[in-house]
Amino acid sequence: MTALIILLCVILISIVLVQIGRVTELTAQIKGEREVLRDNSKWNGWLSVGFMIVFLVGVFISAWEYKNEMMGYGPHKAASAHGDILDSMFNITLILTGIVFVITHIALFWFAYKYRWQEGRKAQFIAHDNRLELIWTAIPAVVMTILVVRGLNAWNTVMADVNPDEDYLEIEATGQQFNWIIRYPGPDGKIGTRDYKLTTANNQLGIDFNDPKSWDDVVPGQELLLPVGKKVRVRILAKDVLHNFYLPHFRVKMDAVPGMPTYFVFTPIKTTTEYRNELRKYDDFNLPNDPTEPNGKKRWEAFEYELACAELCGKGHYSMKRIFKVVTQEEYDAWYRQQESFYLSQIRGKDEDPNKGKVLDIEVRQRAKEFSESMKNAVESTNAADKTLPLQYVNFETGSATLTADSRYELDNLVTAMNTYPSLVIEVAGHTDDVGDPLQNRLLSQMRASSVVKYLTDRGISESRLRPRGYGDTKPLVPNDSDENRAKNRRTEFTILSPAS
Amino acid sequence: MAHAVIAADTLEEKLTQELGYDDHFHEHHHGDKFQSNFLTTYIFSTDHKIIARQFLITGIFWAFIGAAMSIVFRLQLGFPEADLAWLKPLLGKWIQVNDAGIGKLDPEFYYALVTMHGTILVFFVLTAGLSGTFANLLIPLQIGARDMASPLLNAMSYWFFFLAGVVMFLSLFLSTGPFSGGWTAYPPLSALGQASDGSKAGMTMWIVAMSLFVVSSLLGGINYITTILNLRTKGMTMWRMPLTIWAILITAILGVLSFPVLFSGLLLLVFDRSMGTSFYLSEIIVGGQILDRIGGSPVLYQHLFWFLGHPEVYIIILPAMGIVSEVLSVHARKPIFGYRAMVYSILAIGFLSFIVWAHHMFMSGVNPFISNFFVVFTLIIAVPSAIKVFNWISTVYGSNFRFNSASLFALGFVSMFISGGLTGIFLGNSAIDIQLHDTYFVVAHFHIVMGIAAFFGMFAGVYHWFPKMFSRFMNETLGKIHFWGTLIGAYLIFWPMHYTGMAGVPRRYYAIDNFDSFKHFVSLNQFITIAAIVVFFLQVLFIINFFYSVFSGRKLTVKNPWGSNTLEWTTPIKPGHGNWPGNIPTTQRWAYDYGKGGEEFIAQFVPLKEGEHDHGH
Repeated sequence: MTALIILLCVILISIVLVQIGRVTELTAQIKGEREVLRDNSKWNGWLSVGFMIVFLVGVFISAWEYKNEMMGYGPHKAASAHGDILDSMFNITLILTGIVFVITHIALFWFAYKYRWQEGRKAQFIAHDNRLELIWTAIPAVVMTILVVRGLNAWNTVMADVNPDEDYLEIEATGQQFNWIIRYPGPDGKIGTRDYKLTTANNQLGIDFNDPKSWDDVVPGQELLLPVGKKVRVRILAKDVLHNFYLPHFRVKMDAVPGMPTYFVFTPIKTTTEYRNELRKYDDFNLPNDPTEPNGKKRWEAFEYELACAELCGKGHYSMKRIFKVVTQEEYDAWYRQQESFYLSQIRGKDEDPNKGKVLDIEVRQRAKEFSESMKNAVESTNAADKTLPLQYVNFETGSATLTADSRYELDNLVTAMNTYPSLVIEVAGHTDDVGDPLQNRLLSQMRASSVVKYLTDRGISESRLRPRGYGDTKPLVPNDSDENRAKNRRTEFTILSPAS
Repeated sequence: MAHAVIAADTLEEKLTQELGYDDHFHEHHHGDKFQSNFLTTYIFSTDHKIIARQFLITGIFWAFIGAAMSIVFRLQLGFPEADLAWLKPLLGKWIQVNDAGIGKLDPEFYYALVTMHGTILVFFVLTAGLSGTFANLLIPLQIGARDMASPLLNAMSYWFFFLAGVVMFLSLFLSTGPFSGGWTAYPPLSALGQASDGSKAGMTMWIVAMSLFVVSSLLGGINYITTILNLRTKGMTMWRMPLTIWAILITAILGVLSFPVLFSGLLLLVFDRSMGTSFYLSEIIVGGQILDRIGGSPVLYQHLFWFLGHPEVYIIILPAMGIVSEVLSVHARKPIFGYRAMVYSILAIGFLSFIVWAHHMFMSGVNPFISNFFVVFTLIIAVPSAIKVFNWISTVYGSNFRFNSASLFALGFVSMFISGGLTGIFLGNSAIDIQLHDTYFVVAHFHIVMGIAAFFGMFAGVYHWFPKMFSRFMNETLGKIHFWGTLIGAYLIFWPMHYTGMAGVPRRYYAIDNFDSFKHFVSLNQFITIAAIVVFFLQVLFIINFFYSVFSGRKLTVKNPWGSNTLEWTTPIKPGHGNWPGNIPTTQRWAYDYGKGGEEFIAQFVPLKEGEHDHGH
């Protein structure tokens, strides 16, 4: 109904306008050509000047109104080290073009008004003036030269890649319809290689896990942090179509291209909190962030550094948002320590894992670290329950007391511990589940404990400090009522006998 | 002045008799064998004047469609909460009505509308509609030729354009929708149907339509160049040609050199789409499927596309510049200032337009070192552009400026070209482009400088040459309402986009409220949408004025209503096939002797007086 009324109104207005047109045309014929020209000159001359004034004033008023969106001004200052150069380039260009804009507009519409048609006026016959032409060729040429030189200086500084021996953090951003996946390097500081053909549901990035550099890489969930003041090199890729890695506050923008990694280097210079505190000073940012919730967070409180996509990538293009929080190095380190290796937490042991059944250096190192930590706890603890530790990576060939090859890593950790704490005396205990003859089980567990002790004595640990013991199925950890539980009960562990703390 | 017009009319007849060039032309008063019935006269005509009208009216049709599309997507953008269910009868399943009965534009179709709006306006309206109309109308009339070098080729150029339009129009009704990957059609999005519904049949039809369009453009362009170079009347040396013809000549050359590159780019895209090649594709996983394509580069397509794409924006703006130069000079009653400088700057712009294409690709992953060259060449274009602007302003200086719809739109063009051109200096500087690339700043820039400005040039031309095309005038009052409303309205639409762009709001976003950094612009978006709707209806007013005037506008009673120097005004009020009934007038001087030696104007066929200097030479 509303549509119909609107349509009707439009039709009526059009008819009215056409009628006005016809009437004025008829009066024009009565008035005669000269009279029409005179009227035209008067009205449109004034309109020209009026438009020019309103337009120029409007431009300045609107610019004042939107001054907070001006680059490099107030709340819209860059949050990266290179951003200032770009913002000042923008502002220099703004001033130079602004001058030209104002002068040419005044001249154009003022001349049209001043030299409007008048009875008896003769137009001046000015066909050309080479000196003028030369002047207005030279001036733009000089201005452009200044802008080009400054611009290219800025461009080549900003786009320069990192120097291999400087200190920087390299992260990887992968665009896909319609989100971003961000990967951080592990403690080795290097991002592992990829091969798109390895992509699976679990391995969305197609990371090549044959590359040891990829084993410790981190793919954080929601929260992404960057340390303030640290140079960041973003390696940018896309899986399906073009995307664009766009961080407006950092003045960072670069296409993500399938099959062609690109990069952008920038240094965040303000933490999220610092930036929020700067915004706090502006009235605009003290408005509620969500207008429907007047008492909710204010705009400055809700501020985040947002990552967007700036290259049309399909129907969800407008929704590819992620948030980067910029924090101090300490906060970053604390967050980073909590991150798990993507490989070890998501892929290890699954079909995608090319190293299934192998123990990896990284695991050996990690287990050694964990072992020494729990050993330290056990030695220092006064609680009797803490004195027993599992040798969880020590395994035997099925039905025999022969140690598997990979058991040596855990046993070496134990050797190290025995050397670290020279007064330590331990009981090495073998346990089985309840399947089979209890006596046989006991015998087997005794033999397995002895195998462990033998491994240790072969490496110089005195036999007097080691008490092998086979418990068979007498000391289950959990009831033997499922395969899972029985597996838990088949174990080798050791208990610190002395020194008792 | 009416006095002078009548005097010129009789003088012209006398001079044409005496000095005219007799090419043994015989006029057929009741139509010749090529124009014997309605169908051959008005539909399958080979007469350049009819073809010009066909291009113009088809252009108006497409402009209406393209503008209406922009209103629909602006409604969604400006009023994201509003109920668009009332559009369901028109758009059907592309309006998603939720449980609460609120209708929303489907994002896929939003992007389809954005894409079609761009394609239609850039190619069908501002290339075919603008160049097609005025090249066809003005080349033979202003250089003194009976018709184009090949009238048949000329007609084919229109019909290929028509066919391209039919295919594009039909693609709007596909169940998967028309192409939706942006008018630049970047692969892999445009190459992979799995990536977007619009890249299925819609893209196939887009490519077919664009290929037909390239054919149309080439047939037209070759014809324009040949006609201008070979069919000029006696005395019409290159330096006596009106600036319209210079502009059209360079436009045609740009088109002939660059459209084939687009075509080859699209051809490789067809191979990638349907024959399993990998020109643009490499290492892609789409919809969970790992593609077997390796080694291609999407950036290659961007190079091929923009090798056309950048000259294309000059293909759009140069004819408008030519028209504005001519219209301004005629109505200022003063020679165009610096005719030679104007010609040289057209040549410079034309040349430079071929070596700046990668300024669209600063952020696309090309080696940043390469961008240095493109920054330099791009900013050099500011120099010839500035020369043109200063010359137009100087043309108005010291004039006796007649305000009418045509001259007002010419003034408006200069204002728009300044406003939009200056923002190009920001974007052409790669350092600033890092932030502004693909934001609303770009949208503001190109809409003002090649959208609105080119439209203003086109309007100036339509109002100015309407009497030549239809032997009637357009209504001046409506024309002035149209001008002032559109000038103000267009600035209200696009000026605020500079601010959203500076704030970093990316273009081609279906909604901006996902981002805290952008969402405070929702109310400004609303304002822009309202301005766009008002401007849209002002253009409807123009269309009403146009068709009303075709049939019942004020009749043209004199041959040369504007007191113009150029040869088209020496033809009869209703010129037949062949343009001049008798001899073709010859050219004795340049086109801009306005106000010379106390004369209001001296037409081009008037011989130089003893010792008089011809400014064209």
